[in-house]
Amino acid sequence: MPAGGWRARLRNGDEVAHLMALLFGLTLALLTTLVAFELVVNSSLARHRFGWSFLTGQTWDPVADQYGAAPFIYGTVVTSAIALIVAVPLGIGAALFLAELAPRRISDALTLVIELLAAVPSVVYGLIGVAVLVPLMRQYVQPALQRVAGSIPVFTGPAYGVGYLTAGLVLAIMIVPFIVSVVREVLLAVPREQREAALALGSTRWESTARVVLPYARLGVFGAVFLALGRALGETMAVTMVIGNRPEISASLFAPGYSMAAVIANEFTEATGNLYLHALVEIGLVLFLLTMIVNAFARILIVVTTRRGTAA
Amino acid sequence: MKTRIGFVLTLAAAAVACSGKPGEPPSASTPSSGARVSVTGAGATFPYPLYSKWFDEYHKRHPGVEINYQSQGSGAGVRQMLAGTVDFGASDMPMTDEQLGQAKVKVLHFPTVLGAVVPTYNVAGITQDLNFTPDALAGIFLGTIKKWNDPAIARENAGITLPASDIVVVHRSDGSGTTFVWTDYLSKVSPAWKLRVGSNSSVNWPVGLGGKGNEGVTGLVKQTPNSIGYVELLYAVQNELAYGAVRNAAGTFLKADLAGVTAAAAATAATMPDDFRVSITNAAGPDAYPIASFTWLLVPAHIADQNRGKAIVDFLQWMLADGQSMAAPLSYAPLPKEVVAKERQTIAQVHVGS
Repeated sequence: MPAGGWRARLRNGDEVAHLMALLFGLTLALLTTLVAFELVVNSSLARHRFGWSFLTGQTWDPVADQYGAAPFIYGTVVTSAIALIVAVPLGIGAALFLAELAPRRISDALTLVIELLAAVPSVVYGLIGVAVLVPLMRQYVQPALQRVAGSIPVFTGPAYGVGYLTAGLVLAIMIVPFIVSVVREVLLAVPREQREAALALGSTRWESTARVVLPYARLGVFGAVFLALGRALGETMAVTMVIGNRPEISASLFAPGYSMAAVIANEFTEATGNLYLHALVEIGLVLFLLTMIVNAFARILIVVTTRRGTAA
Repeated sequence: MKTRIGFVLTLAAAAVACSGKPGEPPSASTPSSGARVSVTGAGATFPYPLYSKWFDEYHKRHPGVEINYQSQGSGAGVRQMLAGTVDFGASDMPMTDEQLGQAKVKVLHFPTVLGAVVPTYNVAGITQDLNFTPDALAGIFLGTIKKWNDPAIARENAGITLPASDIVVVHRSDGSGTTFVWTDYLSKVSPAWKLRVGSNSSVNWPVGLGGKGNEGVTGLVKQTPNSIGYVELLYAVQNELAYGAVRNAAGTFLKADLAGVTAAAAATAATMPDDFRVSITNAAGPDAYPIASFTWLLVPAHIADQNRGKAIVDFLQWMLADGQSMAAPLSYAPLPKEVVAKERQTIAQVHVGS
């Protein structure tokens, strides 16, 4: 009897589980679509008024209703880049130590500490940035950099303490724990045989780590880096506390700047006037697209390296 | 500031939780005897500590009326008011003609208290209060006055040796009523400022670093040698910050205090428009502190719901009477009596019922 068969299948739970899983999966897709939809709809005024010049415009003037997002895009990209340049070598190095070299007990203890770091709210990092890093940068680091490398334009200008460099460093501190804990897990998951085979062929410990273990785990390492980049791009509170909040593109890393997430957080609540509000939402849209592009890029990178490499 | 607001919020939440005992008899003056009335408002953060106290105290006197206020910012207050999602709004800036045009019903402005903005600075070796002329402040914030020993500053500070160091300007990075008052003042005293920058809750600053909130500006000023910024008087008083005197329209150098702020409002009372949408910066009168402003409640002129309408009208009356005496202890300047009298007449314009 078909009805009985249907009931039996229902009782087995397969259909139900299938349906539920499908529903949950669709919910995620729906949420993303809704976010994109809302961002597009609520930025229509700014998009029609400024078109593509919104992305290249450098003036942000709420009084004259003139909006350009270039300084914010620049600030987000530059601070995230500084963060990655500092955090990736540091994070991978620390993870290598924890996974390959340190005794298991020390490794576990340190990992616990690092995971605690990852759970610290970003406003706390911002406070540490303001209270510790900013004075340190103004009094010691920036003058020293200026003495040593003052001829390079990126290290010129007055040392305020706040600015791109400080924001990038705070971001680096924030994303290192992510990189360390994910990369460590990935390295630990590399099968023992891989290392043993390399050692048996006569390679040193370093050669086995650098030529066998790391390449084997590179997918996970990429994953960790892009997870960290995602966090750096979207970070709001800690950045706005130390970046100086000045919508201006400067070659010098000492100069105060601004980021996309920071300007939305700063100005959204008090934004009067529809065009102003739509311009802020359009910045949100740009940030959304930027994260999408970064994620897509990560996917492509993973696909390409998987095809070329030996292990998945 | 954040933590204090959090604390006040907790208190308010606790107060709300503790009230509402079913057996409590409604007091005689409760607008709707017996029925529980819940009124919601949203808007300005600057007067929030006082509003929170007002709504709490009012609730104690009228247990049947509960006023919930979300301090989301003036912009949000105006938006929610226009969208009709709250019963009343609150703003540190008067609504513009354009915004009033979007409103489905007529919106009335009721000044509640006054705030002021003061220049705060950190100059190496200076412990005295500095005097600032309007031109000096405008020049510093425009970036045309670059050094502390510029004659425009030094002239009015005889006897103080100002350093020849660069001035670091600090402003608010978040949109804020404080910035509106500050830039509104600079627009009035400096044609160059009005032309280049103008006034708003956020502006395109010619120079300087941005700090988030009063605490962000204060932090940057304290940390950065030879810097100057601006904060609310309330914040400067509570945190015992040093701040400078500003020359008012009558030519007197005045350090901001509550009396000077109320005097600024009193000086403009005679010429005040009937809708109270008025800027009182650079007010006339020898006692008037020049960088001051009202903060407003935004109330629809027609409230269909009888109970809520009566509650709002009754609260406005109470706020103008008993409420005003609660302002000064919290460092808000109370309204001058001329403005209170004028507002009483305006309350009559609120039409309750269908």
